Order: sequence, then C-alpha cells, then structure tokens
Amino acid sequence: MTALETSGPGNGSVVGAQAPAAGPRPVVPVTNHKRRDKIRKWGEITLFVGPALLLFLTFVVYPVISAARYSVYKWNGVEQFSSAQYVGFENYARALFGGTDPELKQAFTTQYSQPFWEALGHNFALIFLSMAIQLPLALLVALTLNRKFPGRAAVRVIIFAPYVLSEVIAGVMWLIIFDPNGIATNLVQSLGLNMPPGGWLEDQTWGVWTVFFIITWKYVGLAIILFLAGLSGVPEDLQEAASIDGASWWQIQWRINIPLIGPTIRIWAFLSIIGAIQLFDMVWVLNQGGTTGQYSTIATYMMQIGFFRSDWGYGSAVAVIMFFISLVVALAYMGLILRRDNTSDRVRKAR
Amino acid sequence: MQARKSRKYDRSLYVSIGFGLVGIALTLGPILYLVLGGFKSQQDLAENPTGLPDPFMWQNYWTILSQPLFWRQLLNSLIVAVATTAGVVLFGTMAAYPLARYRFRGREFLFVVFTTGIMFPLTVAVLPLYLLLRDMGITGLWGLVIPQIAFGLPVTIIILRPFLKALPMELEEAAFMDGVSRIGFFWRMLLPLARPGMVTVGVLAFIGSWNAYLLPLLLLTGDPSGMTLPLGVTTFQGQHSSATTMIMAYTSLAMVPALVFFLFMERRIVEGLSGAVKG
Repeated sequence: MTALETSGPGNGSVVGAQAPAAGPRPVVPVTNHKRRDKIRKWGEITLFVGPALLLFLTFVVYPVISAARYSVYKWNGVEQFSSAQYVGFENYARALFGGTDPELKQAFTTQYSQPFWEALGHNFALIFLSMAIQLPLALLVALTLNRKFPGRAAVRVIIFAPYVLSEVIAGVMWLIIFDPNGIATNLVQSLGLNMPPGGWLEDQTWGVWTVFFIITWKYVGLAIILFLAGLSGVPEDLQEAASIDGASWWQIQWRINIPLIGPTIRIWAFLSIIGAIQLFDMVWVLNQGGTTGQYSTIATYMMQIGFFRSDWGYGSAVAVIMFFISLVVALAYMGLILRRDNTSDRVRKAR
Repeated sequence: MQARKSRKYDRSLYVSIGFGLVGIALTLGPILYLVLGGFKSQQDLAENPTGLPDPFMWQNYWTILSQPLFWRQLLNSLIVAVATTAGVVLFGTMAAYPLARYRFRGREFLFVVFTTGIMFPLTVAVLPLYLLLRDMGITGLWGLVIPQIAFGLPVTIIILRPFLKALPMELEEAAFMDGVSRIGFFWRMLLPLARPGMVTVGVLAFIGSWNAYLLPLLLLTGDPSGMTLPLGVTTFQGQHSSATTMIMAYTSLAMVPALVFFLFMERRIVEGLSGAVKG
C-alpha cells in the first residue's frame, strides 16, 4: 500500500521532490556528547516556547478555567471569594429555565432566563442574516468587481476601510446618524417614508435590523476583499473558454467562479459565525444592546449582569455557556463543512 | 463573434463601475457626514444635515486638538499597540520556531494547546481575567498589554508555524556546519527570513490592539486621560451627549490614525488576511 502524502495548505513546498510527512527532518549540530545535546535541546525549547506558554497559560487558560469555577458560586466580586456561596448549577439553571426553586421560577424566568434567551436569539438572528444577506451581497459585488476597470484599486481600498476602524468608533458615528432626530430620519422622510415607530435602534422589531445594517457596513468589505482575493486565483482561461463556448456571465459565475472559491467562502462564513457569537463592542456602544435589550447579545448580557450588576457567578455561567456554544458550533462547522477543504500533513493511505 | 464579445464587455464594465461607485458612496458617505458635521454648529446640523457646513466652524476641531486629552489618549493607544505587537511578534515567533523546526516528544500536543486558544475569546475570560489582574496588582496600560499579548499568541503561532516550516532545511545544515548554535541560527538567519510573516502577524496584532474596547472598558476606568482612544471616544460621547457636533469632531479625529495606518499597510493587511483564510 502506498502512502499518499499531503501537505497542509500553508506549508508551502520544501525543496526536493517529496514533502516529508511530519515536517522537515531536523538537523542537529554536529557534536559527540549525546546527553548534553539532549539537555541543551530541551533547554532551548524551554527558552523559546517558555515565555509564550507562560503568558498563555496564565492569562488565557487560567481565567477560562476560573470562569468555570466561579460559575458554580454566588459571588458579588467584592468580598473575598472564600466567603462566596456554593450553588452548584443554580446559575446555569437560572439562565436556561428560571432556576431550580419552583417558587421563584416565575420571577427568575423574567429576570434571568428571558433576557438570556432573547440575547441568544439575537446572536443567532445575526448569524442567519449574515449568511442570508451579507454572503450573497458580498459575493455579487465581488463577482462584479472581479475585472479590470478604471478606479478598481481605489474601490477595493475604500470598501475595505471600515474593517480597520474600531467597532465602537464606527458605532458612535452610526449612533449619531441613527438618532431619531438625525440624518437617517431626515433622508427617509424626504423620500416620503418614516423611521420605525420606536426609533431606528430602540424599535422592538426593527432595532435588530438596524444593528445588522451597521455591522454589515463595517464587515461586508472584508468579505468582498476576501472573495476577490480568492477569485484572483481562478485562472482566466477557464472563464474565457466557457465564454467562447457560449456560457452567459451568470453561468460562468455560478458554475466556475463560485465553486472554485468555495473554500474561501466557507472559511469566511466560519469566522463570521464565530464573530457573531462573540459580538460585544459594537452592540455595547449602541446603547448597551438597547434600553430593554432589544438587540442585546450574549456577551453584552453577560457584562451587564456579571460585571455591572456584580453577579459574578451568574456572569461566569453565561460566559461558560457562550464558550460551549462557540465550541459546539465551531466543531460542528469544522466537521461538517470544512472537512472536505482541509488537508493535513498527516499521512493518508490511498484507498 | 468579436463584436458580440466586446458589446458584452462594455455592458459589464458599466455594471462594475456602477457597483464600485455605489460601494464607495455607501462606505464614505457616513464618514464624510461625520467629518463635515464636526465643522458645523449645532443649529446648522439640525437645520441642514446634508449640506456643507455654513458657517464653517473650526472651533470644534481646534478645541479638541489644542487640548491634551485627545493627544494623551492617542499616545496611550500607541504605547499599548506597540508593546502588544512587539510582545506578540517576539514571543510568537520564538514559540513557533521549535514547534516548526525541532522534533521532540510532545511537539504536536504543545501546538494543539496553543491552537485551543482561539476557542477562548477574550469575552469568555474577561471577568476572571479582570480579577486576576486586580489580584496581581497589574493596573493601567500594562494590564492591557500583557493579556493582549497572551490572547494574540494562538493566532500568531498558528500563522507562523507553517511559515517557518516552509523555509528550507538546508539553512540549518549550512549554519550548523559552520558551527553556529541553534540560538544563533534563530537570531541571525531565521528571523530575517521570517520577516514577511512577522510583519503580517504584527499588523494584525497592531490593529487588534488599537481597536480594543472590552478590556480597556474594564481596566481603564476613571480618568479619561489614562484611556485609550476607542474608550476615550465613547466616554467623551457619554459626557457631552448633547454636543453632537463636538462628538462628531472627536470621533472623526479618532478615525484618522487607523485610516492613515490602513492606507500605508493596506496591501499587507489584505495579504495577511487572505493568506490566513486560504489556510
């Protein structure tokens, strides 16, 4: 049986006909003292990887584990943690379905569980809208811009610009634009329409749409640029050949270009989904998710109750839930959708 | 046949240009509104939102630029971003080197450990992180830099490892035959060759740090002159909520550094992101 070796997409090619399976074979300095070499090698590894590992474990891993720990206590963050009260899964229960105490269930559902599920609903609404609206829009624009025309370079630079702005700075700008007495209302009224009854952002139904609009403004340029980059990898001969054979523009896009940038689209979608789950900055600056949480997200909800209302145990529980949702979504996506795009540098046997 | 082809192309040219113009208008329109608004008086803004400023007022921008607050916040953002970028690039490259070019037991496991880091967003860890920093007594700008470096390491290592792996093995052979140590090799030969990858991760780290909001929100409370720019903008907006044109001026100024940086680094940024997305 022959071993079919593949190298990962980012690996590039090593000089030589065959890329080795597990990375280049390391070369050791010539010396006669094997044991001293080994100690020296491990010393060097420690020196190189040590600082990164230390920072990572201390400031990333440890806090995440701590979040899990705090989530099973009731704590206000001010007194010593040792005096916090252990409550088991009560925090989780409150978030998910109003808590385990039947007498308080009604009150807790309104107070804890309802805002939780509403926030989560907003997250998933944003994901859905991103895939349903941003994706086709960005794709269409990218396909249309995928040719030489005067000003092309300028267009690409300008469309991409919102991506590098801070979410909150862009958010403040849009806060002013979408002020009920602001220019958005003016423009819409000059067309004979009116703004949503509760205000652009505060309206119960339309608030989420406005937020989605703002997020799209900021991030659709990224999608367009990424798709354009992917499209630039599609050989022109393919498109020309199809065109000579009589294929229409739309047919060429649908059957050649779009499938060929499939991997790029799927990875963008992955990042977009993960970003939608963790969304905080933009929503927070837009009135912290609305005065009655019209467009709150899991992250803003967590901060509101966990930090600003000093319910650290509960906030940690929400954070852990958010982590698990991200994890499940990421693993499911990677397993179902990204698997066929991924080649690894593991050796795969030919069937 | 030729004539039909060129007619098809003509139409699609106009479509492309059309889309391009619409794209530019939608992107720049709001920003232009913001910038011009800073030059207006409150009344002018209310009465004449879409027109040019009349009278043209320098006061808003001048007031902000002539006072230390904006500059202080700009400097804070700069210090934090530079320190974060330096840390991420240095420690990230150092860590990626053995992971890419040594062979040792536990190498893949170690790499996976770092990879899981991208599953831990700052938002999940921020509450305990705040407490940890408080308990360790790390305050102010350092409280931003150190965690930002830590959170930037997974992505950096993931991007840099394949990059370093791709460099030819002959380099090490040649170096060791000349009697250069591993560390010497790293410092004098590998780093210069890794520079494109390091620039890419550096640019991404810089942008991420510059635009950071959540961590500064928790850590830099109180005195606005200790804040970074994004936090400064929102604080300013909160404090002067009725002075819309002032806020517009402040926000416009806050956009300038990012946009200037972007103009210079646009190609790098796009390359870096495209490369990361393609794999």
